[in-house]
Amino acid sequence: MHDMSHAVHHGEPTSFIRKHVFSLDHKVIGKQYYGMALIAVFIAMVLSWIMRLHLGWSNLAIPGLHLLSKNGAPGDVPTPEYYLQLMTMHGTIMVFFVLTTAPFTAFGNYFLPIQTGAEDMPFPHFNMMSFWVTFSGFIVLISSFFVSDGPTLGGWTQYAPLSAAGAVTGPGQGWGVVLWAISIGLFCVGQLFGSLNFITTTLDMRCKGMSLMRLPLSAWAWFLTSVMGLGAFAVLMPAVILLILDHLAGTSFFVASNLVINDQVLPHSGGSTLLWQHLFWFFGHPEVYIALVPGMGITSHVLITNMRRPMLSHRVLIYSMGALVVLSYMVYGHHMFVAGMNPISSLAFSFPTLIITIPSTIIVLIWLGSLYGSKLRINSASLFALGFISMFISGGVSGFFLAQPSIDIMLHATYFVVGHFHLVMAVAAMFGIFAGTYFWFPKMFGRMMNEPLGKIHFWCSFVGAYCIFMPFHYLGIAGNIRRYQAMVDDYLVPLIPVHKFITIAALFTGAAQLIFLYNLIYSRFKGPKAPNDNPWEGTSLEWSTATPPPHNNWGDKMPVVYHDPYQYSVEGAKQDFIMQASPEPVHSADEEK
Amino acid sequence: MSQADVTMHGNAAVMAEPAFSVPAKKMAMWLFIIADSATFAGCLVAYGFDRNATPNWPRPFESITNVAIMTAILLTSSLTMLFAVRWADKGDKGKAFRWMMITALLGAVFAVLHIREWIELIDKGVTLFHNPWGTSLFGSFFFGVTGLHLLHVTGGVIALLAVGIRYRGGRYKADDLEVTGLYWHFVDMVWMFVVPLIYLLNLSH
Repeated sequence: MHDMSHAVHHGEPTSFIRKHVFSLDHKVIGKQYYGMALIAVFIAMVLSWIMRLHLGWSNLAIPGLHLLSKNGAPGDVPTPEYYLQLMTMHGTIMVFFVLTTAPFTAFGNYFLPIQTGAEDMPFPHFNMMSFWVTFSGFIVLISSFFVSDGPTLGGWTQYAPLSAAGAVTGPGQGWGVVLWAISIGLFCVGQLFGSLNFITTTLDMRCKGMSLMRLPLSAWAWFLTSVMGLGAFAVLMPAVILLILDHLAGTSFFVASNLVINDQVLPHSGGSTLLWQHLFWFFGHPEVYIALVPGMGITSHVLITNMRRPMLSHRVLIYSMGALVVLSYMVYGHHMFVAGMNPISSLAFSFPTLIITIPSTIIVLIWLGSLYGSKLRINSASLFALGFISMFISGGVSGFFLAQPSIDIMLHATYFVVGHFHLVMAVAAMFGIFAGTYFWFPKMFGRMMNEPLGKIHFWCSFVGAYCIFMPFHYLGIAGNIRRYQAMVDDYLVPLIPVHKFITIAALFTGAAQLIFLYNLIYSRFKGPKAPNDNPWEGTSLEWSTATPPPHNNWGDKMPVVYHDPYQYSVEGAKQDFIMQASPEPVHSADEEK
Repeated sequence: MSQADVTMHGNAAVMAEPAFSVPAKKMAMWLFIIADSATFAGCLVAYGFDRNATPNWPRPFESITNVAIMTAILLTSSLTMLFAVRWADKGDKGKAFRWMMITALLGAVFAVLHIREWIELIDKGVTLFHNPWGTSLFGSFFFGVTGLHLLHVTGGVIALLAVGIRYRGGRYKADDLEVTGLYWHFVDMVWMFVVPLIYLLNLSH
């Protein structure tokens, strides 16, 4: 019917702009996402440094800060409001433009089509738009630093009525919030395009022989994440549109009647502040898993390759991640235990929250059980994968406490919560990103990253992250409310040394990330060439193709898959592994029919 | 020959069977419908949440004549869309195109009737942030929800025209007509939620 040997999805572009800027190639788009996340993460990290310095030494002048905001930092000391503005931007940039984009849309874009054996995603134009719409969102968000009274101070959750009542509530609450909402709206659109492509790629673009269960765990993780993104961002979008209407069209969806703020009676009438929380957390909880699940997939993929044996159960791991997807929509109310919800609702949300620990625990046990007795190859990638597991367990354990309304009433909005989600979601997801970077860098750029530097980076980040976030739990139990910009109350003053310790740890850990940045940039241009197409001796399809992969991923021969994804330590095989695309038969009992 | 086409026509030489045997374009439309349902659901839940929480919620609508006519028109347009898809399957391009244009016309009439209704309400003093009967939220939600739906209808009419013309010109296939049809039926279905929740619940008697 057609000459399949030259079946290319779209011709290889020749002009610079079509090749590197408005590219339809999923690999280029993946790298663009990664680049954006890299810029975003360093901006957000510097913001956290400023916040930490201010928390440790509240009168400390931070040289040059007045250049960023004249009103926000007179004499280079951040005002309380400006502290909150920095905090809001730190959270928003990190959650949306780093933790969602890097592990999910960056690596997913690059490797999902390759791991499924596709030439590209089915809708490359949507894919290109996905990145550029997201990038516009990022620019809009950053631009809010430069409007008259700076970015919004409402926190990344933008609770109403603070977020909806307008400029009267503080600096940044006028245009700052509007720009924030526009940025997030754009982000939602971008992720919708992305999710459509990810799901259709997984379901419809697999090469011959690639059944769904033969997909590597990383591909499964990206697929499940996009399923979450599809529903979650679709609900956040109307929420931010209603928020924008509250600001620009005079509606009062989220502002109740007769509200007095700063001695002014607001003109709004009739809205509900709780409504915002419902809409936001319906998105917000799946979002946590959107940040986390790709890291689970990457960690599993990296560990299996370095353990030289598959996980105890491929299927149970996939089903457990699937259970996380379903449950992630049913637990969102546990963010609202103290928000004035009906107590029965609290109970109803607490129950699935405790249930969600079951698939999480199964996943952890599969990891640990598979690691037990394995001859793990220690390299930067596998260390960060181990780090992911460590962070996920440490952060997850505190989740058991927070899931119960009776305990949460005490711990809500304290540093305990901040410590919990930073470990379980933020640091874990970052470690997933690092594991993926060290692991896939040779495939993406044809060069190896520096291993000793990678290991130094790991140990500094690992120890540093614990030094930062473990004391958070202590602060929380001691009653230190989050979002305080300085500790002045009697019971908080004795805690200042802890804050100082955390600040030093944060500066140290952040500085360690510069090692990573150096390693990344240096290796990109001067690193030693990858010895072959498969330096880690992996089995999945990305290691079967050229390095870096050609425009259509496979040259003129489409791959055919013969095996389950992880055929390691196969008895009687020529090497200790058999690649998915290798027709070599497997004689062990492991191979599923 | 793109890979997407290969997938759609199930060429087993290079590709595995699509899961659920649904080709990529149709799958993407279903996924979009799922996401868009979530968007509408979010809006309608928000509406229900605030309506329940507001003691003086107004119920100003006097008659259902206009909305009944609009509903009938939209339902009919779903039927004509079915005809278009059916004739396209049978390969009768002319008839398929004609039914598609009728569908677009019905969609346009719906939009015109809707806007006329809006103008009447605006003349009575209903805006996004004010109305003569009670809480301002009534206007906010009325225009918000029906506006979102109207946006979908307008987009749908444009899509019907564009796909129809390209289908006649040979660029689009019967499959594309079917995918457009899915969207149109979805817009119709959403309206069946909007009518009872926004109109019937707010009838004055």
